[in-house]
Amino acid sequence: MSQYRYLPVTDEDRREMLDVIGVQSDEELFSDVPEKIRFKGELNLEPQLSEPELIRFLSRLAKKNVSTSDYPSFLGAGIYDHYIPSVVDSVISRGEFYTAYTPYQAEVSQGELQAIFEFQSLICELTGMEAANSSMYDGSTSLAEAALLSSGVTRNKKIVVSETVHPEYRQVLATYAHGRRLDVVTIPSKDGETDVQALQAAINDETACVIVQYPNFFGHVEPLKDIEEMTHNAKRAQLIVASNPLALGILTPPGDFNADIVVGDCQPLGISESFGGPHCGYFAVSKKLIRKVPGRLVGETVDDKGQRGYVLTLQAREQHIRREKATSNICSNQALNALASSVAMNAFGKKGIRELAEQNIQKAHYAAKKLSEEGVTVCDNHTFFNEFVVDCKRPVSEVNRALLDQGMIGGYDLAKSFSHCENKMLVAVTEMRSKAEIDQFAEALGGIIRG
Amino acid sequence: MDNQNQPLIFERSKKGRTAYSLPALDIPELPINEMVGDDYLRKEEPNWPEVSELELVRHYMALSKRNFGVDNGFYPLGSCTMKYNPKVNEVVARLSGLAHIHPYQDEQTVQGALELLYRLQENLQEITGMDAVTLQPAAGAHGEWTGLMIIRAFHEANGDVKRTKVIVPDTAHGTNPASAAVAGFEAVTVKSDENGLVDLEDLKRVADETTAALMLTNPNTLGLFETHIQEIAEIVHAAGGKVYYDGANMNAIMGVTRPGDMGYDVVHLNLHKTFTGPHGGGGPGSGPVGVKAELEPFLPKPLIVKKEDGSYGFDEDRPQSIGRVKAFYGNFGINVRAYAYIRTMGGKGLFQVSKDAVLNANYLLKRLTDHFDTPFKQLCKHEFVLSGSRQKKLGVRTLDMAKRLLDFGYYPPTIYFPLLVDEALMIEPTETESKETLDEFADHLIAITKEAEEHPETVQEAPHKTVIGRLDETQAARHPVLRYLKQ
Repeated sequence: MSQYRYLPVTDEDRREMLDVIGVQSDEELFSDVPEKIRFKGELNLEPQLSEPELIRFLSRLAKKNVSTSDYPSFLGAGIYDHYIPSVVDSVISRGEFYTAYTPYQAEVSQGELQAIFEFQSLICELTGMEAANSSMYDGSTSLAEAALLSSGVTRNKKIVVSETVHPEYRQVLATYAHGRRLDVVTIPSKDGETDVQALQAAINDETACVIVQYPNFFGHVEPLKDIEEMTHNAKRAQLIVASNPLALGILTPPGDFNADIVVGDCQPLGISESFGGPHCGYFAVSKKLIRKVPGRLVGETVDDKGQRGYVLTLQAREQHIRREKATSNICSNQALNALASSVAMNAFGKKGIRELAEQNIQKAHYAAKKLSEEGVTVCDNHTFFNEFVVDCKRPVSEVNRALLDQGMIGGYDLAKSFSHCENKMLVAVTEMRSKAEIDQFAEALGGIIRG
Repeated sequence: MDNQNQPLIFERSKKGRTAYSLPALDIPELPINEMVGDDYLRKEEPNWPEVSELELVRHYMALSKRNFGVDNGFYPLGSCTMKYNPKVNEVVARLSGLAHIHPYQDEQTVQGALELLYRLQENLQEITGMDAVTLQPAAGAHGEWTGLMIIRAFHEANGDVKRTKVIVPDTAHGTNPASAAVAGFEAVTVKSDENGLVDLEDLKRVADETTAALMLTNPNTLGLFETHIQEIAEIVHAAGGKVYYDGANMNAIMGVTRPGDMGYDVVHLNLHKTFTGPHGGGGPGSGPVGVKAELEPFLPKPLIVKKEDGSYGFDEDRPQSIGRVKAFYGNFGINVRAYAYIRTMGGKGLFQVSKDAVLNANYLLKRLTDHFDTPFKQLCKHEFVLSGSRQKKLGVRTLDMAKRLLDFGYYPPTIYFPLLVDEALMIEPTETESKETLDEFADHLIAITKEAEEHPETVQEAPHKTVIGRLDETQAARHPVLRYLKQ
């Protein structure tokens, strides 16, 4: 009897199969592994658990965590607590989707292919771009790949990035840039926005791209119009914009400002926080860059009877065809999360995305006002979306501990990433926060700061 | 099956329908133009569909019926390890305390998550024989690139800056040379010998003072064990390079041998292959990287550590680290599933997994061996490669046989890979398939070879029973239509 529910081979099967193969034992199947490197004994792993034991054990570990479903959260900084329609999980739990491989055999993968084609279309509509790929690992690697693409196309090595881009995205960019031997120039911020004078001074004919975030890490809406002009005044430089896709429900899409590449992470649209992943990077480009895009693309075509269908296309860009000359090394992507996000986007529809974005901006502004009334210094007099900065007058980590005692998850400690942001907290307010929660938060934070 | 065109979700849209619900705004509203300047206020809505919830559900239900996963049937896709994806993994990954936690929460509020990741790291170290593991890379190729960046940082730290080349076998997966390029290396090829193994003489020729690393999976891409792995490692080490283990084929060797004991310095694993993370239609994966102690300082940061007081935390203070390779800490949800699997199987169980995977592959190979050209005669490990060259002479290509398998309810093997084998069919049954399934599959594939002899047009014109026929890929590439546009 097998004690492993995932292993169907019985002792009887084993004997028959070994007979057919013509060996005495399964040990003999490994006779090509030299004795010297054979592992002796049993792997010293944690003990095996039955299904009920496993669920009990992992539930216990899960309960050690403070969950944003139990505590109202004002924490964002790239990942947010948003409404996820129930239909999302119902769809992505279908075995036909989640246990399938990359849709290489198109005839039995039309479902996945069409879903990706729809994802690409939804992203194009949202960003105002002409093409989008089937997903990247996350927003950070999507941004890094965008920089590599720009450098490849322009044959320039200078990457200009604003300090107001997510600090971890910039760290990932630095790692990729080191790999490809590119130079990254970081433009300082001024009052929470890109210092446009410094940016202007940094852009020249050697610039491959200018990277900004819109809305930026501090929640502000960067002056894309001016930045675009500066960028495209240079000989070859391209404009790369990283955007929270939800914000584009209310903000002018980067495509309307002639962005060359728009990237970001779909987490706010239908994907749970999940401690930082798996989420879903998106990657959208203008028409002229379609054949340079990293990763998989799905295209529409017809079959031998003229029926409409979908296939993976322009594969000559990819590693399995072009090997070292491929546009990227990406193979696995985040397809299931792209599906989740598609379902959410379709559930919201054109009205829903607007309402969702409006609720975010309204609630964030209400929270800022409420905090001011409680005597908390709100550092922003700029246009912001669903995040803004407050001055806690004392270390944010301390403040957050006090908030936790009152049953709330506070904002992001900006001092962790910016030396000029001591005691500054980035507060995120999404549609999930009720008036009562916001009021309570404002009151609590005001109280803590006053001491 | 129905042959109707499946409407796009956009084509199901009707103004006024919706599939979401939000509470009404419960706060005093500000005029939008007081919050967003006119230039930055979106004028036109994205053309997203308007559908009711039921229509949305039916749309995706219809799409799911036009898709094929491991839950539907046998999926012997070589090099992809399409094993069963346990249901309990999906349950635990959705626990509120694991799915709804934010990576920037105070360490003290995510101790359960950190403990889980730490335990996973420890288990993976034991399985691979490595000294330290990072869980940050999001997929196999991402792990490859991370590993190569670590090796590059190691050489740079030694002032050894002339090491610009990475050796890959001629059978290697495309990601190997592509990852080398993204890490700033030049990829050079080492040939395989007549037994499908690394040609040691050729390796001696290419390994020199410019060698940064050799990337090699073992068993290799042909499903064959590199018996001379220790000599291979010695040759590369003697030249001053590092040896990189591509974990794509780890499913063959758990508890049998470990990369760390074979002489490898760096390993990546595909948790979405060997450790049952579902493939999700292309992702997400998870590609942890393990290293030997001397490379540990270069791992991406932060690392998850256990502190003296027994609590868990992040170690950001790693001056020699290559930096961050992904925002936050990796594909956590996939790591949870892999951990659940490892605990379900235990050490003995994982050994049994590899034994059964190899047994199934050898059995299926034996059943098929008289009906195809087999380029290599030795035992295989977890997968094997057949050649369709015999059928090609009858005018039936491997692609045709693959398409014909669709008619019998199978996902076909990997085809035309590795490039080395003419008309290759690469078959990986995995350990979660029963002898009955293997027998039925073998019977069908043998029947197809008979068809190729007797009435080849049945195979050449396949598939016959799918919702759609062979698609015009040339048109798709020549006139790319990559999105829906309103007519």
